[in-house]
Amino acid sequence: MKAAPFAYHRPASVAEAVDTLATGDAKVLAGGQSLVPVLAMRLGRPGTLVDITALSELGRLERRGDELCLGAAVRQRRVERDPLTAAVPLIGRAMPFVGHRELRSRGTVCGSLAHADPAAELPAVAACLGAVVEVTGPHGDREVPAASFVTGAMTTAVSPDELVTGVRFPTAGPGEGFGFAEIARRHGDFALAGVAVRVRASSSGALRDATLAAFGVSDRPVVRDVTDLLADATTEAELRPATAALAAEVVDTAGDAHGSTAYRARLLGVLAARELARAHREALA
Amino acid sequence: MSEPTWTPARDEDAALVSGTGAFLDDLDPLPGTLVAAVVRSPHPHARVRGADLERARNHPGVAAVIGPDEVRAAVRPFPLSTATPMPYLPSAVDTARYVGEPVAVVVATDRYVAEDAAELVVIDYEPLDVVVDTRRALEPDAPLLHDEAGTNVATDRTFAFGDVEGAFAAAAHTVRGEYTFPRYSSVPMETYGVVARWSEDADGPAVQAWANFHGPFTMVPVAAGALGLPTSRFRLHVPADIGGSFGIKSGIYPYVVLMALASKHAGRPVRWTEDRIEHLLASSSGAGRVMAFEAAVSEDGRVAALRADLVDDVGAYLRPPEPSTLYRCFGNITGAYDVPAVAIRARAVVTNRAPTGLNRGFGGQQLYFGLERLMDAVATTTGLDVAEVRRRNLVRTFPHRTPTGGLYDSGDYARALEMLVTKGGYDELRARQVAAREAGAYYGVGLALVVDPSGTNIGYVGLATPAQDRTPGRDKSGSTEIVRASVDVQGVVTVLLGSVPQGQGHATVARRVAADRLGLPVEQVRARIEMDTATTPWTVTSGSYSSRFAPLVTSAVIAAVDRLAESVRGAATVLLGLAPDAAARLELADGEVRDPSSGTSCRFRHAAGLIHWDPGSLPAEVPARTSAEGEFRPPEAVAATAEDRINSSLCYGFVAEMVGVRIDPDTLEITLDRVASVHDAGTVLDPVLLEGQVLGALVHGLGGALYEEFRYSDAGQPQSATFLDYLCPTSAETGFDLVSDHLESPSPLTPLGAKGCGEGSSMSLPVAIANAVADALAPAGVVIDSLPLHGEALFQRMCTDVVAPATTSVHVPDEGGLP
Repeated sequence: MKAAPFAYHRPASVAEAVDTLATGDAKVLAGGQSLVPVLAMRLGRPGTLVDITALSELGRLERRGDELCLGAAVRQRRVERDPLTAAVPLIGRAMPFVGHRELRSRGTVCGSLAHADPAAELPAVAACLGAVVEVTGPHGDREVPAASFVTGAMTTAVSPDELVTGVRFPTAGPGEGFGFAEIARRHGDFALAGVAVRVRASSSGALRDATLAAFGVSDRPVVRDVTDLLADATTEAELRPATAALAAEVVDTAGDAHGSTAYRARLLGVLAARELARAHREALA
Repeated sequence: MSEPTWTPARDEDAALVSGTGAFLDDLDPLPGTLVAAVVRSPHPHARVRGADLERARNHPGVAAVIGPDEVRAAVRPFPLSTATPMPYLPSAVDTARYVGEPVAVVVATDRYVAEDAAELVVIDYEPLDVVVDTRRALEPDAPLLHDEAGTNVATDRTFAFGDVEGAFAAAAHTVRGEYTFPRYSSVPMETYGVVARWSEDADGPAVQAWANFHGPFTMVPVAAGALGLPTSRFRLHVPADIGGSFGIKSGIYPYVVLMALASKHAGRPVRWTEDRIEHLLASSSGAGRVMAFEAAVSEDGRVAALRADLVDDVGAYLRPPEPSTLYRCFGNITGAYDVPAVAIRARAVVTNRAPTGLNRGFGGQQLYFGLERLMDAVATTTGLDVAEVRRRNLVRTFPHRTPTGGLYDSGDYARALEMLVTKGGYDELRARQVAAREAGAYYGVGLALVVDPSGTNIGYVGLATPAQDRTPGRDKSGSTEIVRASVDVQGVVTVLLGSVPQGQGHATVARRVAADRLGLPVEQVRARIEMDTATTPWTVTSGSYSSRFAPLVTSAVIAAVDRLAESVRGAATVLLGLAPDAAARLELADGEVRDPSSGTSCRFRHAAGLIHWDPGSLPAEVPARTSAEGEFRPPEAVAATAEDRINSSLCYGFVAEMVGVRIDPDTLEITLDRVASVHDAGTVLDPVLLEGQVLGALVHGLGGALYEEFRYSDAGQPQSATFLDYLCPTSAETGFDLVSDHLESPSPLTPLGAKGCGEGSSMSLPVAIANAVADALAPAGVVIDSLPLHGEALFQRMCTDVVAPATTSVHVPDEGGLP
């Protein structure tokens, strides 16, 4: 279990990183928590690794207006511990489920997005909240909405010569409620099914909108506007028939020995009802 | 604020927690050692038509590549436990029979280069039909793994003891169940590791090897024999530090042979360190078992006879010490119960899966999963409570001779059960069940009582051969251990242990046992862990397996230091001016040798010093002994009788366990609400280490019950070759409420009264959890006959029309046996 030969490059600037990626057959290394095992098992053998962790311009974690901005080199553990993260409560709810603490101390938020594992938590959180992914490449900078960032299992809208430089999450305003839950065989495992939920109420206390992102159940996070569901059902029990129907429609993963398609659909229906009810209570509290 | 302090529980701990342990991969015993990578079969079953090794041999940095031709030319099949022709070599020569089977070895300057070159090895495979299901492998038209055998059944023996047929004819109820136990491991943190050197010595070829092998040392002549070497020219070193095994590393010896041959071709020593994927793919695991149990039960719930039909899936070869999974618990096959008659059919079948072997709870995990599920079925049939039906059947007097020849040396099973019920809060858990059911939720309580054998009598290996075919004068028996003790010129005593521990703390306990016996402060005693087959005392039964340390090694420590003390006492008579025959009455205490009749004394170290410095002063009858070997050879460990009875272990401990589980009716997730565990391992040598063994065995049992399983697709592809799919419980899964207690029924057969304690809950917790889950889901009519249990597994049983894979091929013939 040793990697095939590769070149290692540690650029001094984002521009240099992009130049290196342009040579082809290169892969970006950030936290390495997914990439390094892939290399060791020789499931992937890029000619060059471009290590971006030393790029200080990608190390920002800051609040700008109603956005929380994270650079591509920012580790998950730093995000988890930084007081600024409280502005995006859903990140705080989801982060304890991202691997284990040891993995989060190396793994990056943007790396998780770029890796695009169908069962990963952070792409679902980003998609649920309508985050924006910042990308740069030989043709300049561009922004990709998180909801359309993941294009399939382990594939994204980023082309091989491009680099994710950061992500911007909208901060929570008054009258917003959140829910996050997942079920895995063990704590820290990839989810068999999970949901990230946001419910927003207007200043008058009326339901404004509700969004649900499901993960672990398809080849990418599945985002649904579920405002209508909450219009006439707000408790877990009341929501269950509708969320079960939603789950049956959303779940299309082939399943495995840890969770068949049908079991994942059952779990998604249960979790969606629980978390929507919770988020609704929070939003209208 | 005071500084945090830490008092290590064990002498071994300071080195281990500070990173200064020396494990196999830390050792570099031979300069210029090269590194090997193993090329493995991607096919579950394929003819090996040819191998092109040239491109790999020509790769820069490669010293040697060996493949089928080299192995065929130089290695003899390992001697097996049965006569069935299923030749087993360390790598595939004509046929590959499981995914991960070695087919070639590349030796290079480092592991990266070796793996680069391994990709250049081209093997010409012709895929063959595959059989992975145990029941399917038994069928006459199943694909054959070994053509010469004409069957996949490696061994098939039947036994009957007592009036089984009469008991069933007279029974009020016949209770029957079929059960499946999964193949799983203990997943040691350190993987297999070997350094081997082939050399041409003056008297012929010789192999010197270092390996994290821990016995049984029966495998040493087996490995030497494969290389055509006498054991005297096969020298094996085992490092003092082994990073866990729990039985799994007993399967390393074929790699020692393979690396020795690789070294011969490379002309240099060779190191191979198994990686995690190799380990999960092809190291070893416990055997999977399908089994049928039947009980003849009276109206009042007494079991008068048992029938057991056991079929072990041992993988592609009957790798020694298999088929021992069938026989390790032969003497205790009736478990905690006084059952006078038993009939057994014991089969091992080969399949296109990796070979199996020792795993913590060896044989008992499989046995008790069937037996203790059956006892719940007896309770259901008779309408009795699960605790009551067990209570009525318990063995109550000791020593107790079982119908299969086991001799339960001591115990108080009834008291252990009452401690469990009382301290574990059986009534409280039943009340929780009532409340849960009223609220529409699932809650269940499960029990398991297991007799915990320790100190294997290797004589059980003989049972694989019918009595009439066992060669007179070639019987096997024994639970022997040998220890050397020495005393230096300053009176410091060293006990040399060839007990090859894997982290259990042997040195800590042996040191205290020796110090207590010699009346010395522990500072004046050292325990040294070292196994070098050329210098350390050993015998074929040596090794760290079958919970041997507490009953056997400590007994040999006592024998060795007693012989040493004989000389020290004799020397003391000189210092005290006594006649030599006064030596026997001298007492050892507080670092002194005392004459109780006069009250005079001398220092132990002065007496020891005299043996070294002034042996001329010793009377002729006092041995000038500065070191002594002591062996423990219990007379109860004898070969199987002509009637196939055997006392398969020296000691029999006991575990009573109880589990309360909650099952979320929506997600079907299983949560352990409480685990209660009562252990009897005879005299407790060290309460902290006992607790460690109990906790470790519980977590191992938890793994098998809820998480771990080596799964294969129908096509024979492993589906659990990484930690993404092979799920071990972590600390996050072990936060359950645990009530643990023990009682002490000293063994009359060991000097200290100690029995083994390393495996008990590995045998009991899997079935206790299964019983609890079955109890919880009884209102839903769910059948629990296999493991592991988790949300998806319950969903398949409860919510789909699809029959679970474990039961797809069940067909029960009229006579009620397995196919």
